[in-house]
Amino acid sequence: MHLTKEEEKILAGEQGEVAERLFRLLVRLGDIYGADRMVPIGSVQVAGVSYKSLGLPGLEFLEDYAGKGAKVKVLTYLNPAGMDLEDWEELAFPRDFAEMQIRVMNAFRKMGVIITSTCTPYLAGNLPRYREHIAWSESSAVSFSNSVIGARTNREGGPSALAAAICGMTPNYGLHLDENRKPNFVVKVDAKLEFNSDFGALGHYVGQQVKNKIPYFTGMHEANTDQLKTLGAAMAASGAVALYHVEGQTPEAHLMDTSGLETIEVGGKELQESYDKLNTGKEPDIVILGCPHASLREIASLAEKLDGKTLKKPVWICTSRVMKEAANRMHLTDIIEKAGGKIVADTCMVVSPIEDMGYKTTGVNSGKAASYLPGFCKQEVVFANIDKLIKGQLK
Amino acid sequence: MKGRMISPGRAEGVAIVSKEPIGFYGGIDATTGIVIEKGHELEGECVKDKILVFPCGKGSTVGSYVIYGLKKNGVAPSAIVNKETETIVATGVILAGIPCVDGIDMDNIKTGDTLIVDADSGTVEL
Repeated sequence: MHLTKEEEKILAGEQGEVAERLFRLLVRLGDIYGADRMVPIGSVQVAGVSYKSLGLPGLEFLEDYAGKGAKVKVLTYLNPAGMDLEDWEELAFPRDFAEMQIRVMNAFRKMGVIITSTCTPYLAGNLPRYREHIAWSESSAVSFSNSVIGARTNREGGPSALAAAICGMTPNYGLHLDENRKPNFVVKVDAKLEFNSDFGALGHYVGQQVKNKIPYFTGMHEANTDQLKTLGAAMAASGAVALYHVEGQTPEAHLMDTSGLETIEVGGKELQESYDKLNTGKEPDIVILGCPHASLREIASLAEKLDGKTLKKPVWICTSRVMKEAANRMHLTDIIEKAGGKIVADTCMVVSPIEDMGYKTTGVNSGKAASYLPGFCKQEVVFANIDKLIKGQLK
Repeated sequence: MKGRMISPGRAEGVAIVSKEPIGFYGGIDATTGIVIEKGHELEGECVKDKILVFPCGKGSTVGSYVIYGLKKNGVAPSAIVNKETETIVATGVILAGIPCVDGIDMDNIKTGDTLIVDADSGTVEL
C-alpha cells in the first residue's frame, strides 16, 4: 500500500498511541485486502454498541480509548444500543444492563460520536451522496447505502469503523472500486411482493443463494425505500450481500452489463420456502416490528392498523429517536400506545436482552430478524406479514 | 518459517497448537485466558504467555475486543501464529499490541515446541 508522508508519520507514532494503533489497524486491513492507498471518507457508522454485543471487554476498550483522548474526525453515527436510552425503565429493561449500556454511550460521546443509535442512519440525518466514500458497519445500512444510494463502503466491523472515524480515512479496496461493484448473478423475480415480509422472504432466499456476491434483480415491480431496506437487510443476514442492483430502480443498475451472468429464478414457491424455513414458533408472546428501524411511513401504517383497537398481547415497533419524535408530534405514538403498543427507540430486538425479559416466541415481519432471533435471543420465531401478526395480537 | 507481519513485536515461548479455528467471543474467557468453547480441541487449556498457534479466527467481531481484554487482564498469549489471519483476529492483536504472524504452515509445529516469533520480520523459528 502506498502511504503519504503524513500517514507514515502517524504509523511512526507522531500523533500519539491511539492514532498509531488505529491507523496501523487500517493499514493492516488494507494490506490483507490489497488496497493501493487510503481514501478520505465522508461519514462512518459504528457497530458494537449494545452492551449485549460488547460485553465488558468491549466496554473497557471503548473507555480506555476515550480516556486516552480518541476523537472522531468525520460525522460518525452509531448502531442501535441494547435498550431505549430514555424509556428503558418504563419498558422494563434490566437495571444492571442499563448501567453498563449508559457507560458505553458515555464513552462514545466522549469521542465525539453522535449518539444516534439507529441502523437507519440515512433516515436520521446521515445521508451520503452517490459515489461518496464512507466507512459504515451494520450490514443492512451498508446494503442500503451501497445499493439504493450508490455510495461506496465495505462491510466494516465495529473496531475498523471506529478506527476509520478517528483517522478520517479507510483503505481503498473492495466496494470502493468500480470494478468490484459489478453484478455476479441475475435474479429474475416472478412473484407477488405485496408485504414488506415478502421482500424479506425474497432477501432471505437470495442471500443464501448468492452468499457474498452481487445480485442484479429483474422483474421487480416498483419498490419504495422501505421495501428495499428490508430486502437488503435480509440478504445481508442470510448471506453477506453488501451491494445489489435493481433494474430501473437503483442508481448504478443502468451502468451494469449482465450478459453471460448466471440467472437465479425466484417465484412464489421460493418465497414460501423462506417463510417455512424461518417459522420455528407457533404463537408470539410479542410482535416486534422495525427491523431495520421503521420509517415514519411504517409507523403511520401501524397506527392506522391499531387505531381504536385493543391489543391483548404486546406489539413494539423499533425506530430511531428522530422518527419517534416525529411520531410523537403527529400523535401516532398516542394512537399506538392507546391500543397497548409501544414505539421503542434507540434499540433493536436482536441486540437487546429480550430473552431476559420473559419473551420466548417473537413475531416479526423482517427476514433479518427472523434469521437472527433464534441464535442471538434464543427465540422461536413466527415470520409473517404485518396484518397476520397484528391480528394474532388482537385476539 | 517465513510469513507476514500482522502485528509487530517479538516473543519467545512454548507453543499451544489448535488445528481448529478459534472464535474468541464465547471461545476464550477474557479474565482467565482459559478456552471455554464446548467441544473445542483446546477446551480447558490456558493460553496465558503461550504462543497460540491456530489456522484462523471465526465468529463474532466482538472477538477482537476479547483479545484486547486478554491482554488488558494479563492473560493473553505472548504471540499468535496463524495460517491466515482474518479481520477479527487481526483487529484484536493490533489493538492489543500482541505480536502476530500469518502465512505459516502449522503442520511443522506441535504443542510444547519452543518458538521465537519475530513479527517485525514476519518469521517464526522453532
